[in-house]
Amino acid sequence: MLSYEAILLLIVLGIAISVVFVLISKFLGPKNPNARKKSVYECGAEPQGSARKRFPVKFYMIALLFLLFDIEAVFLYPWAKLFRELGFLGFVEMGIFMLVLIVGLIYAWRKGALEWE
Amino acid sequence: MDRWDGGDMKELAEWVIRDLFSKNPDTWQYTWAIYLAGMALAAVICLGFVAVFAGPVTWVERRTAGRIMSRIGPNRVGPQGVLQWLADGIKNLLKEDLIPDDADKPLFRLAPYLVFSGMFGTFVVLPFGANLIAADLDIGVLYLMAVTTLVVVGLLTAGWASNSKWALYGGIRSAAQLVSYEVPIAFALLVVVISTGSLSTQAIIKAQGGWPWQWFVAKNPFTFIAFFLLLTSAMAEGNRIPFDLPEAESELVAGYNTEYSGMRFLFFLFEEWANLWIMGAITTLCFLGGWQIPGVSPEKISASSGWTFVGWQLLSFAIFAAKVSWIVFIVIQARWTLPRLRVDQLMSTCWKYLVPMTLVCIAGVLFMDLYIVQGGITDKIIRWIMTLLGAAVIVLFFLRARYNYKMDKDKYPGLRNEKMWYPPYRMP
Amino acid sequence: MKVPLLSAMVFWAFAILAMASAVFVAFSRNIVHAAFALLGCFFGVAGLYLFLSADFVGIIQVMVYVGGVLILFLFAVMLTGKIRNPEKSNPSRAIPGGLVTMLVTLGLFGYLAFTTPWQVLPTVPTGPTTSQIGDALLGPYILPFEVASVLLLAALLGGVLLAGGVRGRSRLTGNEQDEAPRDSGGNT
Repeated sequence: MLSYEAILLLIVLGIAISVVFVLISKFLGPKNPNARKKSVYECGAEPQGSARKRFPVKFYMIALLFLLFDIEAVFLYPWAKLFRELGFLGFVEMGIFMLVLIVGLIYAWRKGALEWE
Repeated sequence: MDRWDGGDMKELAEWVIRDLFSKNPDTWQYTWAIYLAGMALAAVICLGFVAVFAGPVTWVERRTAGRIMSRIGPNRVGPQGVLQWLADGIKNLLKEDLIPDDADKPLFRLAPYLVFSGMFGTFVVLPFGANLIAADLDIGVLYLMAVTTLVVVGLLTAGWASNSKWALYGGIRSAAQLVSYEVPIAFALLVVVISTGSLSTQAIIKAQGGWPWQWFVAKNPFTFIAFFLLLTSAMAEGNRIPFDLPEAESELVAGYNTEYSGMRFLFFLFEEWANLWIMGAITTLCFLGGWQIPGVSPEKISASSGWTFVGWQLLSFAIFAAKVSWIVFIVIQARWTLPRLRVDQLMSTCWKYLVPMTLVCIAGVLFMDLYIVQGGITDKIIRWIMTLLGAAVIVLFFLRARYNYKMDKDKYPGLRNEKMWYPPYRMP
Repeated sequence: MKVPLLSAMVFWAFAILAMASAVFVAFSRNIVHAAFALLGCFFGVAGLYLFLSADFVGIIQVMVYVGGVLILFLFAVMLTGKIRNPEKSNPSRAIPGGLVTMLVTLGLFGYLAFTTPWQVLPTVPTGPTTSQIGDALLGPYILPFEVASVLLLAALLGGVLLAGGVRGRSRLTGNEQDEAPRDSGGNT
């Protein structure tokens, strides 16, 4: 457990130092904003409309695919650690597990979910 | 007083309590203070290291780019421009901190810290030398992947909060890309975990040896391929060309960091260059033997004491840093040599090539592990063949660079009087 | 290892982080802010897992939930049509019914919390949990484990079917098509 408290502390310290740098920059930097500076960049022209656009569904598909394979990888890790002890039986058990997911990948591939166009 | 032979900061703190204060760390009431101090020390060392690496490597990258493009590159600040990174840092510190009016201000402010902590968190489990690591976690490899997800969220946050079209496209692209390439990384790391039987970064290194044929890259043909798959995916994860779609300058201005300025902008750049070390360190520790000193076993390092111990630590760090720098240099060269992929190519590279190939590698490594006895004669022959193959790849790399250079020389009269090798101080 | 003060501080930090973010998710008017607040919630829960000596589960919580589910949620939120004005997308409805449900569950949980004879167990020393999980998955729990793969497959097939119309859409580089999700199968 202590290792994790340590990690937390490490990250908190890292963030604290970066916050300090941002504050220093705020203190040292010039402050003369105007409307042009504070508008978003759109190649120098007046920004047209809002950038709150809808995402295409493809990104959602990618995230979904990732989630499934991520979970698969998560299941694989404890097994990979024990692979030597489990031997052939573990190999077969995991083989079935992976086969089912590989079928899913092939299906997604054939259905064109992996196509980006 | 005993010698200190602990693995990480926690053990160092326990050693300090036991031997400097002569107290039992389990019962002493100020144990937590020593832990805190130890961790603060680790944080400062890691942060200092990141800064000292990420800064100069920008200069190295720009000089390399100049060399590849037949121009000079930054050479004004300090001798040969080595202090360019300091000048850039100070300049960014003195810049005006602008937040667009239309931006989602809380998220806009939050994003750089998310990205920064995602990058900085990985340094906790990255070893620097034989006994130099902030925390040797039992599940180090998984921790690496878990903490880098913060970067994905940070980039998406930055893109959405900016309320700029360029930033939004960069943000969603980067999220999709990083998320996709995490799958081949997870599978390629699995190859290493199967070969090691442990998830701790130090245990992975200790499972390898100092000599090239003892590294995992030379273990069998599948680990050999997995090394390249991991390096490729790590390049994509670090947003390096040929995978730098999120901030494709020619299409998206600057991608997710278009609206950022000053210090906040610097954090994104900082993350990007620190990522070079991270990707180099991960590939090195997984496949290239990490900090292992040829001919010196980790037990021997732990058993030494006094200045010998310090010497081994420094030597192991030097070896690790040399390997990482080599990977970093290859990645930098790739950036200035290869064209950028299209989005559809990017996605099909990941899902149609890298993922199936890593799966094949896993199956192959399993098969080899089940049927080839470690240390047996077949194992030795395979390792030697793989080592020679690796050497051949490196030789080919240099021959190809030489060939390209000669071709350019014939084509462009301006280069005819240039020497192929610069003097060493001009090399980067 | 006895580090009472530090441990207690970190525990409360995580607990408060998880609770506060959950409250923010429930009450935020801005749907995107609500989705981002899940980040804090997931981290708080991961921290609590670490406190239960479940290091593997804690790290997986971050890896899967922050890396996968949160990104999925953000994409889903940004896929919706009302994203142009995130401020108005979370109206409160049926407040009386919600209040009743809240009071009933609160009473139930409160009753349970105060009547259960809680046992204080001695602290178990932290050890590597990954191997134990692997043993359990491939030993006694092999059937649920294999069924889980079928569940994942079903989710994948469902996702592919829902997004089935994706193929043959206009050239897509992650931009310009405001109407892109229109033929996504579901009513977006």
